Amino acid sequence: MLTIKNLHASVEEGAEILKGLNMEVNAGEVHAIMGPNGAGKSTLAAVLAGKEGYDITQGEVSFDGKDLLELETEDRAKEGMFLAFQYPVEIPGVSNINFLKTALNEIREYRGEEALNAKDFMARVRKSSEIVNLDPKLASRSVNAGFSGGEKKRNEIFQMAMLEPKLSILDETDSGLDIDALKVVSDGVNKLRSKDNAVIIITHYQRLLDYITPDYVHVLADGKIVKTGPKELALELEEKGYDWLNEEKETV
Amino acid sequence: MGYTEDELAKDLESQEYKFGFTSDFKADRAPDGINEDIIRFISAKKEEPEWLLEKRLQAYKAWMQMKEPEWAHVHYEKPSFQDICYYAAPEQTKKYESWDDVDPEMKETMSKLGISMEEQKKLTGTAVDFVMDSVSVATSFKKKLNELGIIFCSFSEAVQEYPELVKKHMGTVVPHQDNFYAALNSAVFTDGSFCYIPEGVTCPMELSTYFRINESGTGQFERTLVVAEKGAYVSYLEGCTAPMRDENQLHAAVVELVAKEDAEIKYSTVQNWYPGDKDGKGGVFNFVTKRGLCEKNAKISWTQVETGSAVTWKYPSCILKGDNSTGEFYSVAVTNNYQQADTGTKMVHLGKNTKSTIISKGISAGQSENSYRGLVQIHPKAENARNFSQCDSLLMTDRSGAHTFPYIECKNNSAKIEHEATTSKIGEDQIFYCKQRGIDEEKAIGLIVNGYCKEVLNKLPMEFAVEAQKLLEISLENSVG
Repeated sequence: MLTIKNLHASVEEGAEILKGLNMEVNAGEVHAIMGPNGAGKSTLAAVLAGKEGYDITQGEVSFDGKDLLELETEDRAKEGMFLAFQYPVEIPGVSNINFLKTALNEIREYRGEEALNAKDFMARVRKSSEIVNLDPKLASRSVNAGFSGGEKKRNEIFQMAMLEPKLSILDETDSGLDIDALKVVSDGVNKLRSKDNAVIIITHYQRLLDYITPDYVHVLADGKIVKTGPKELALELEEKGYDWLNEEKETV
Repeated sequence: MGYTEDELAKDLESQEYKFGFTSDFKADRAPDGINEDIIRFISAKKEEPEWLLEKRLQAYKAWMQMKEPEWAHVHYEKPSFQDICYYAAPEQTKKYESWDDVDPEMKETMSKLGISMEEQKKLTGTAVDFVMDSVSVATSFKKKLNELGIIFCSFSEAVQEYPELVKKHMGTVVPHQDNFYAALNSAVFTDGSFCYIPEGVTCPMELSTYFRINESGTGQFERTLVVAEKGAYVSYLEGCTAPMRDENQLHAAVVELVAKEDAEIKYSTVQNWYPGDKDGKGGVFNFVTKRGLCEKNAKISWTQVETGSAVTWKYPSCILKGDNSTGEFYSVAVTNNYQQADTGTKMVHLGKNTKSTIISKGISAGQSENSYRGLVQIHPKAENARNFSQCDSLLMTDRSGAHTFPYIECKNNSAKIEHEATTSKIGEDQIFYCKQRGIDEEKAIGLIVNGYCKEVLNKLPMEFAVEAQKLLEISLENSVG
């Protein structure tokens, strides 16, 4: 579904952050990306989603057979890429419902589907809000405005449920969550997993992976994937930290 | 939800000022310039009574002594008042008995403006008065209103048919010597709308006036007078458009509202005069005096969405004369390219327990300048007066300006006055967030801006709110930078 080859990216007219990253994600898989601060985890998410302010200097990314880097940000979303933001953005005065209705209809139009009628749309809202235990009142409030940290993260997963993406990138979705909220959010993500979609989880900590079991764990350090392993790798990282990887590299 | 984002997208396809057509009517126009003879010519054309001519001449004398104000935060080349035509009427000015009698070409013009009378009549029951180049050409729904004793007609007709009512109220809220443009208007006004709601009557439909400048080189000087007798209620709407022209056109209107005891007047404006082109050439100078007078327990609410005009100078105000009276001002002012707006309100608290609310949302794009200017004045006898003001500014670009000039004069210690102001720049984060959900930049801006203006747009009657929302989107296309 997603193939990243030798991806180099830098901050516009600044330092190189991704330095030859390779990765392959197939439908039905969950990949975890872990790594120390400043390794380039959030940059990877931003570059894949098409955020402005980065220069792609080398490499290729294909998403479902299309050249991802050629697509506009909104078209990447329409192709089925979803980014759950580390810091979800507030849009005062725009209701969650109106926001999602606009988004969903844009995506459906792109795919040649008709806009959902009000009844089907509201049914989907109910179903999706149940997945993350979102208070239905929050669905009609302004997008993220005045939401608590936990509510914002839940709202991200609620949106993910609404938009049914092929590939979801969760950028530190666990940060700022207490253990109960973490369970709810993880539970939501698990319910949305299927053989047709894939998830990339970006996290600092292993604890999220207690609830969402990844198929692969990658360690991202200094702009590259330096190690890939099964879910047990996460536990090892939790125990030993990231430094041993450098030592391992040096001894090799 | 009657209006979808898709429909909006279609409406957005044309980026040019979409009201920039001229109608090919034969016009009956006065020679350019202003002097006593011109004023007599206008008055004679309109077969006015002697007292009105006297008022005009008084206003003209006052105007001659006045200077064009320069305190507003706007810069423009002052109009040459001798090069303006003060009277231009479309040739067919016979009185229309019903909508069916209206000239088809005129109807065409109106439908281009988005006014489908037929539909409005059927669906919304809105009565419409249409003023083109200073002459009122059609007022619909007259009979139905007459049954309730409601008068809704052109100003000229009111002068002929209801001279006592006009004489009694005209100039009581905005005296002819009030300010430079009001004095000019009082001397040369040609038409406008008149509305009278008798005691205890709630007007069952929205009353609406559309103004359009069509002739080249003409000024538009209309007067609107709305009188709500004791316990009456009316909601009044006005919309404005003008063709695209390279020259600057002058629009200097006067609007007076009289709300007697327990009466309520809701006055909504969607102003979309031609703003000039991308380089700031042409456009309407919109120098307007609007003021309402509230007697005891009365309420006046101004709502305005201002997207047009090259230069706007406009402060819809409330004189809260009666005890317990209420004044409200809700405004969205959008400026793009080289537009300049200096707009706001005055709330003058004279009576006890008077309340006022001011919500102003400015949006500046391109290289425009957008200023809020407001005065809250609490007089010594205004015990327990209250005011709440909120002035927000949203910047779309680094080159645009947002300014707030709030004045507060308080002469009574029991007053409570609150003022909040914010300035923000439209967030790239917000736009990225929308795009990541599949919403393109134009739509994202539309969503964000509409969200920002929601408190004000919510105050507009439904049909107008949709129109205003579309206007906002059109005015702000390609405006982030």
